[in-house]
Amino acid sequence: MNTTEIVFQLLGTAVVASPAILLAILGLSALSGRPLNESSISRLTQASVLFSLIPAIGILAMMLVLGTRYVPIEWGDWVTIPQHDFHFHLKFVFDRLSVPFVILSCVLCGVVGSFTRRYLHREAGYARFFLYYAMFFTGMVTSSLAGTIETLFVGWEMVGLSSALLVAYFDERETPVRSGQRVWSIYRLSDAAFLIAALSIHHMTGQGDFGGLMSSGIWPDGTAAVTPQQALFVGTLLLVAAAGKSALFPFSGWLPRAMEGPTPSSAIFYGALSVHLGAYLLLRVSPLFDVSMTLRVMVITLGVLSAASGALMSRVQHDVKVSLAYASLTQVGIIVVEIGLGFQYLALIHIVGHACMRTMQLLRAPTLLRDYQTMENALGSRLPTSRSRIDQWIPVWLERWCYRFGFGRGFMDTALDQWIVAPFVSIFQRFDSWERATTDWISHEESRESDKAELHPESTGRKT
Amino acid sequence: MGELHFPWLESSILIPLLGAIWIRFFAHPENSLRQAVAFCALTFALTVGELIDFVTLGTFEAHDHWAFINWLFDQEVFVVDELSAFLLPLGALIHLVVVMSTLRTKAPRFSLTSTLVSEAILLATFSCRASWTLVALMAAATVPVYIELERRSRCTRIYALHMFAFVILLVLGWASLQFTDSSSEAVLIPGALLTAAALIRSGIAPLHLWMTDLFEKATFGTAILFVTPLTGAYAVMRFVLPIAPSWALQSIAILSLTTAVYGGAMSLVQKEARRMFCFLFLSQASLVLVGLELVTPIGLTGALCVWLSVGMSLTGFGITLRSIEARISRISLADFHGLNRQMPTLAGFFLLTGLASIGFPFTVGFVGMELLIEGAVEVYPLVGTMVVIAAAFCGITVMLAYFRIFTGRSNATLIPMHARLSERIAVMVLSVLIIGGGLVPQPGVASRYHAANELSEQRQQNPMTIDVEEADEVVDHSDDANETIESIHQEREYHSNESNSDSFILTPPGHIETPQP
Repeated sequence: MNTTEIVFQLLGTAVVASPAILLAILGLSALSGRPLNESSISRLTQASVLFSLIPAIGILAMMLVLGTRYVPIEWGDWVTIPQHDFHFHLKFVFDRLSVPFVILSCVLCGVVGSFTRRYLHREAGYARFFLYYAMFFTGMVTSSLAGTIETLFVGWEMVGLSSALLVAYFDERETPVRSGQRVWSIYRLSDAAFLIAALSIHHMTGQGDFGGLMSSGIWPDGTAAVTPQQALFVGTLLLVAAAGKSALFPFSGWLPRAMEGPTPSSAIFYGALSVHLGAYLLLRVSPLFDVSMTLRVMVITLGVLSAASGALMSRVQHDVKVSLAYASLTQVGIIVVEIGLGFQYLALIHIVGHACMRTMQLLRAPTLLRDYQTMENALGSRLPTSRSRIDQWIPVWLERWCYRFGFGRGFMDTALDQWIVAPFVSIFQRFDSWERATTDWISHEESRESDKAELHPESTGRKT
Repeated sequence: MGELHFPWLESSILIPLLGAIWIRFFAHPENSLRQAVAFCALTFALTVGELIDFVTLGTFEAHDHWAFINWLFDQEVFVVDELSAFLLPLGALIHLVVVMSTLRTKAPRFSLTSTLVSEAILLATFSCRASWTLVALMAAATVPVYIELERRSRCTRIYALHMFAFVILLVLGWASLQFTDSSSEAVLIPGALLTAAALIRSGIAPLHLWMTDLFEKATFGTAILFVTPLTGAYAVMRFVLPIAPSWALQSIAILSLTTAVYGGAMSLVQKEARRMFCFLFLSQASLVLVGLELVTPIGLTGALCVWLSVGMSLTGFGITLRSIEARISRISLADFHGLNRQMPTLAGFFLLTGLASIGFPFTVGFVGMELLIEGAVEVYPLVGTMVVIAAAFCGITVMLAYFRIFTGRSNATLIPMHARLSERIAVMVLSVLIIGGGLVPQPGVASRYHAANELSEQRQQNPMTIDVEEADEVVDHSDDANETIESIHQEREYHSNESNSDSFILTPPGHIETPQP
């Protein structure tokens, strides 16, 4: 290993290890019941972001100077059974896709950390927020740099869990918690699709390395080493996974709900970072789309549907965060269309630009509202609204339908609840009642005592 | 057979028995809980000593030094092997943390004597190889729970009916196996009886009603102790795996898989925490059986790893629920309780153990679950998919329970509800094991893989357990049974090479290795 490779290894290791160390420190302090004080937490967080960001920029600079396009960081096998060629390989890759994305993640997480330091000052859940933050940051860095699909899955899971917990951060109210639960449920289902896809890739190529899937060339010039049928199967599963993570159609319902979290986290994490993770996954496996035209058409269709529904919904929301969340969805939909059309670089630039722009918008939104109010106070009336020329050409019935569709958030949550959740619950409640009938029959009495169980008066508040 | 440097096995069985006698007849009621913890801790230390001694010996099986029982009966009764070496500390740990997390106010209801007796029976079961002694121990383990149900004046019909069927099938199966030539097809009958017994004990649907009933009617601690060591899976491993043909095992795997998905889905619709826990456990425990019955080395390794993770994480999950129940009575999942502020340690631990049980990254269950799914996909891709779906259901359930119990409202109570010192210690011990096992999984996986290989080899010694089609092909060419097995190995090697070459052919022309800069 020459000096350049050693430097690459050291810098790469720092990028990945820094957030993991932050997570370990904050996790241990939480588990031991000895939380750190606010200033220690914020200093550790800043240091962690810097120790990730600076080496990442260093790697980018070295890659540009040396003309290197592919820097693998091998940590060896975490688990291995050599006799059966089973290995969980920890490999991180710095290439044209992962470097911009990891730098973007570090910058935006740094902004969140810096903003939250003051925003949540003296909040009871300050340490809890930063623990979830550390998990999110670790997950984002791991997902961005993952060189194997298993490693990507680890990061993906961490992002999912931390997102759900961050959405439910204000845990003394029901609504954020219900929203967190919704986010987690959608994520779990998309994670299941992801895991099945990962296993299928393993099965088809004999390894989880992305190199096994995109066997020739480095991103974005890879060629998938699978048949069109295999590409369609794996690609469809990955599309479901990406749709769940990026809140694409029909899973968009969780995105406005995610805005329940504290402003900096909900705004940037969901509106600007994790909402792009699905698109990032599609970019990573984009050589699959060259193999299957059907898959390509599916990707483009999904992007168009998401962009169109996002545009409709963002225009009629009366909450600025929700409106911006749906505006994000529109852009992500367009990014997915770009990926489907094969414009990978354009999609990557679009992701970076959109994430930065949306971050600024989301952080500016509360003060912008205040500015509007100031202006209206000065004018003594509402600011004038203009009607676009296109609107004049749209029939009234279509306009009304679009309004209802947008205002009802595409009825996506209602559809999922009515057509998937309700039948599922109904079927298994039926099984539950059959079980009750059987045990009652065998016992010759009411067998289920838990139904009658009342909570202890000290924990009152139970709805009757 | 190797010999341990100390009678670890017999001591670890004797100590809880002595403890039971001491607490029943001599201990002052006020000190009984503390003394029970001491006995359990000593037992745990002995089992850890056994594990360390066994690992350093580097043998497949070993018996005690100065084994009194062996000398008395002139036969090997208590023997530890690679399959049970980890189960003994696991069983002792489960008992230790359950007793440690028992509130003093609950001690009169939760019989410490019975718990220590159960621990002795469990450790004896895990130390005993398949024989009449093991059958007797498995039957005996059902008695303390029955006595508790009787003492609590609860209806015992469902429990008694299922356990009676379990014991009868076990006895009949084992008895008929003694009179059957293990290489003849007649072995299928005792095999079927033993399988049915194991399925009942494991609570495979629709034979799981006793388990939900037990969680309704017994004390939570007793229910946890009776189910979490996965004695049913142990019965499958000792009685069924060595004799059942692969096709039969794979059929059972499908049943277990159905239970895993069913349990996961049912846990989602439950309105009460104990029942939710029961179905969650059922789902995860069934996954262990799925792995065991796949009979591939990877699947078996996964099952043995998940076994340890389920034992630890779901015991932790259960004792957290039990600790909360001890403070606020039965926990409804229809309401939000907002207990996070009152018991932050337990909340964190609840989340950790719940996530570990579903195989979240960097917890003890992750690699086991990956191996299990990998093994399942090797046999049937659909099975792997269903395992993932079951895990997804369980994941949603865990977070749902967390949100319902610990969040959702502000709950200002008049009484302190924080975790006591003994609860904290129990929680910390399990947390260290769960995270430590998740961060450094290789030693555990290597050991479990070795055990899985031994289990596979045991099966290979019985011609009945080799696939009929393969055996038919090979029997034509050889008369001797050993030759048959050897030929099958060769055949398998040939097939595996063939399949490798197939996968090579699938690679499109112009295949280039992973790009390098």
